[in-house]
Amino acid sequence: MNQTNGVAQAANPTTLAKALNMGLRASMEADPKVLVMGEDVGKLGGVFRVTDGLQKDFGEHRVLDTPLAESGIIGTAVGLAMRGYRPVTEIQFDGFVFPGFDQIVSQVAKLTFRTQGAVRMPLVIRIPYGGGIGAVEHHAEAPESYFCHIAGLRVVTCSNASDAYFMIQQAISCDDPVVFFEPKRRYWEKAPLDVATAPGGMFSSVVRRPGTDVTVVSYGPSMPVLYAAADAAAVEGKSLELIDLRSLSPLDLGPVLESVRKTGRLVVVTEAPREASVSSEIAARVTEEAFYSLAAPVLRVAGFDVPYPPSKLEEYYLPDLDKVLDAVDRSLAF
Amino acid sequence: MVDLQPTVSRAVEHEAEKWGGVGVGATPTQAIPSPQQVIEGLRATSRGDDLIQILSPEGVLTPDPDYPIDVDAALLRGLYRDMVLVRRFDREGNALQRQGQLSIWVPLLGQEAAQIGAGRALRPSDMAFPSYREHGIAWCRGIDPTELLGIFRGTDHCGWDPVKTGFSGYAIVIGNQVLNATGYAMGQRLDGKVGSAADGENEATIAFFGDGATSQGDVHEAMVFAAAYDAPVVFYCQNNQWAISEPVARQSRVPLFHRARGYGFPGVRVDGNDVLACLAVTRWAMDECRSGNGPVLVEAFTYRMDAHTTSDDPTRYRQADEAQAWKLLDPIERVKVHLARSGMADSSFFDEVDGEADALAVRFRAHCIAMQVPPPERMFSHVYSEPNAQLDRQQAEFLTYLAAFDDIPVAGAR
Repeated sequence: MNQTNGVAQAANPTTLAKALNMGLRASMEADPKVLVMGEDVGKLGGVFRVTDGLQKDFGEHRVLDTPLAESGIIGTAVGLAMRGYRPVTEIQFDGFVFPGFDQIVSQVAKLTFRTQGAVRMPLVIRIPYGGGIGAVEHHAEAPESYFCHIAGLRVVTCSNASDAYFMIQQAISCDDPVVFFEPKRRYWEKAPLDVATAPGGMFSSVVRRPGTDVTVVSYGPSMPVLYAAADAAAVEGKSLELIDLRSLSPLDLGPVLESVRKTGRLVVVTEAPREASVSSEIAARVTEEAFYSLAAPVLRVAGFDVPYPPSKLEEYYLPDLDKVLDAVDRSLAF
Repeated sequence: MVDLQPTVSRAVEHEAEKWGGVGVGATPTQAIPSPQQVIEGLRATSRGDDLIQILSPEGVLTPDPDYPIDVDAALLRGLYRDMVLVRRFDREGNALQRQGQLSIWVPLLGQEAAQIGAGRALRPSDMAFPSYREHGIAWCRGIDPTELLGIFRGTDHCGWDPVKTGFSGYAIVIGNQVLNATGYAMGQRLDGKVGSAADGENEATIAFFGDGATSQGDVHEAMVFAAAYDAPVVFYCQNNQWAISEPVARQSRVPLFHRARGYGFPGVRVDGNDVLACLAVTRWAMDECRSGNGPVLVEAFTYRMDAHTTSDDPTRYRQADEAQAWKLLDPIERVKVHLARSGMADSSFFDEVDGEADALAVRFRAHCIAMQVPPPERMFSHVYSEPNAQLDRQQAEFLTYLAAFDDIPVAGAR
């Protein structure tokens, strides 16, 4: 299918996972203080092979297979960061981050503020997230909203190979802690990667496709759903403007507001449960800042407010082409 | 888990007054302990056979060949001075809270030897990760006691530079810092600062935590990680017998230092009220780590003579007899006795230290009372290291909002 970026494939298409691997490698080559640590990231190369070959090439002192303890991974990474390292930690699956949540909330996010800048936390927490892979419980969640609620953290997510390659490097060079969400369903999708041309800063949202009728905003694993929806809508003569947020905290809503002022209609698409989420925040902020431009309420296509369902039900749960088109139609009909 | 409620029960205030703010737990109480509590209390005063002790409660010095230490007048007088000064400003902290100048104070009374002994075993190049009662360690790291006040007066969350002082910020979530310390120690090893032939190049880290913290997953994980990576970290557990109201028997069936066996590294129990033993054992443990034989667990067996914090009322949960028994084991008195009996110090020295302690208390108090409420901008500063437009905007909007109150005295006074 490979419509990851909604544009024609370049000569050297690269999977998102491989692009991350290349980005990690580039950062490790550029800065000897960059460490990779997590469960099975060394010899195995990670369960998704994102760290494949790194331990072989950089050694066990740069790529650490850790004991199976997420608080331990994050908590020791904090100490390593205080020591001057730039640890890139891997949480094996989204649903496994919670044992480390205490360290993330209580130490990672607060140390810079607590010490008024004397201590910096250049720490990256990589989390494969999202559903659609037919997995068992705790392997398909979209917990990004929790992290956006924590002051002191940066939260970003990539949706294609180019962003994966550049954003992981930008996250590693950032002096603030970055929670880096990787759309695991898209790991094996290929997209053009031009390593010579950076797509801009990781805290900027990007208009992926210009349009005139309805603004549709999403990020990470749902972006390909948007491309498909825009294609289908175009057949019906409806023009969707697609925006990839990329950064979830801070939110770069400039392009979203600009777009809404043009279209008057906004649909937000996310796998995460709806209540008190990134999609809630976008709806609130757009209402605050572009109230008179809105021709319809901000609509959301989101996960239901239920625990992630057994995988045979996940196609009901996840945003898909029809749900997005339905929301677009409801927005236009308002 | 610290009870941060600034309210003080009237009973505590009353008792504190009666006892000069010292040893609140020693007072009789209306609450009758259960038989189980009595047994737990007895366990808390039973130190076992494996206790490393050099200076007895009676002031008798008996060298321990496993933990050699050269004791001379300068060393012992220095340690005595440290403990007296630290106790003095600690008592002043309690008083300042009672007088409404601090929202809370966390007393270290009774743990002076456990902290000064460990603190004086550290080199400037070592790193220490405290919990929130480590005022004595802060003292040894060269942090002025007044720098601790911001946390308890509510003007700051730290107050010193953890990297420059080799003393991390106080950690209030129980056990978090033990993992952070382990990570720091892993970094020391990665930096090649362990096991060098030139001992001056070697470094180690020490993590401070209490008996209650040993139940935390983070402490367990820290010991697992430290063992896995041979991290040069000393796990220094001050077993003061009480985690607020819960006795150590609630945390462990076995003596805490025995747990080290399960992780595969040495664990020792030292008399936490014996400053010489704490110094000798911590020096040994830090040297083990610096030379590559870490990690090490040290259990300093001591007693929390005062309440958990100024918000706590220990008369509700522990026996008066217990604190009385521990008063006989006072960490400062035994040093004073030895100094006097051995002729290492006379009354002029003790008077001099007392005078210095009083002067410190005066300075501590004056500094506290003069502390200003930070400006509102402080709330927004250093949330991030790099610019954050979203936050900059919130700050600008809030300052504009506040400025609108400039002609209204009430808001302006804040």
